[in-house]
Amino acid sequence: MTDAASAHSSQHPPYLAHHFTDIEQQNESGTLGMWLFLLTEIMFFGGLFASYAIYRLRYFEAFREGSHLLNVKFGAINTAVLIGSSLTMALAVRAAQLSRRKAIIAFIILTMVLGIAFIGIKLNYEWSADYHEGLIPWMGFHVESPNAAGVRLFFCFYFFMTGLHALHMVVGLGIMCVLLHMAAKGRFDGGYFAPVEITGLYWHFVDIVWIFLFPLLYLIGGRY
Amino acid sequence: MSVHVEPVRVYVAVFLGLMVLTGTTVAVAFVDLQAFNTLVALTIAVVKMLLVVTFFMHVRHSSALTKVFIAAGFLWLLLLMAFTLTDVGTRNIPQQPEGWGESTTTVPPPK
Repeated sequence: MTDAASAHSSQHPPYLAHHFTDIEQQNESGTLGMWLFLLTEIMFFGGLFASYAIYRLRYFEAFREGSHLLNVKFGAINTAVLIGSSLTMALAVRAAQLSRRKAIIAFIILTMVLGIAFIGIKLNYEWSADYHEGLIPWMGFHVESPNAAGVRLFFCFYFFMTGLHALHMVVGLGIMCVLLHMAAKGRFDGGYFAPVEITGLYWHFVDIVWIFLFPLLYLIGGRY
Repeated sequence: MSVHVEPVRVYVAVFLGLMVLTGTTVAVAFVDLQAFNTLVALTIAVVKMLLVVTFFMHVRHSSALTKVFIAAGFLWLLLLMAFTLTDVGTRNIPQQPEGWGESTTTVPPPK
């Protein structure tokens, strides 16, 4: 390191980029930037929700029929699993705020376990059963009903929306692997925790998408 | 703006609240409330979202600028939904094609 560089780095901690006045300003910018990204995600999923609403209004009976072919039990269990993972993620962020390295690692691993459990339940108990019952469009779809065409459309929405949601979870799990590596190297020991905070925002957003998908796909139209 | 460290009990309380609301929304779905089933399910979902945003995502400690951004985002989502639904809800769809169920916008077919 040159003299100039070492003199420079002594003026501020290594994690503070020098175009920011202080760490608060840097955190604030990071949070705002992440929210801006999440807002584009809201509009992205919002378009899907809007088109779902259009077709559900138009083919209400067929959508209700399709909804009744889904398994509420596994949907509800998965909702609980995902909310649990949001709790452990919030606790991971809290541990990072307090520079508790072991707690950060433990809570991120817990979050990942719950996230993998969610995807496992979805693949193993829901999507595979849907395949065997002939509910997947373009993969042997077969429903005995006068509204079969509408039911098929419902399942197009179901697989696209839950699939896109699951893809977001896989991305989140990948980011958490990077966080684990950073935490293990002690990057969050000195009061720096922005990456954990921002990953938390992303993970909670994915949770919120599911909070709407669950009633819209599994419950709406009533199960009575 | 310094870092706000939330007590663990706040997070646990929010978690329990979310679980109770999940149970409620499932239970309500098995009761016949006519058109109100949808309203109740969506209201519960919005309350759950607000809990997550306010506490888990720390928005109650966020700067005013961040709050304005978030509010603007949701306003745009509201516009998208509101204008879409007013359009779709006021159209006449005389007949559904075969295999798509009965029409819900009840306009009798011309004789």
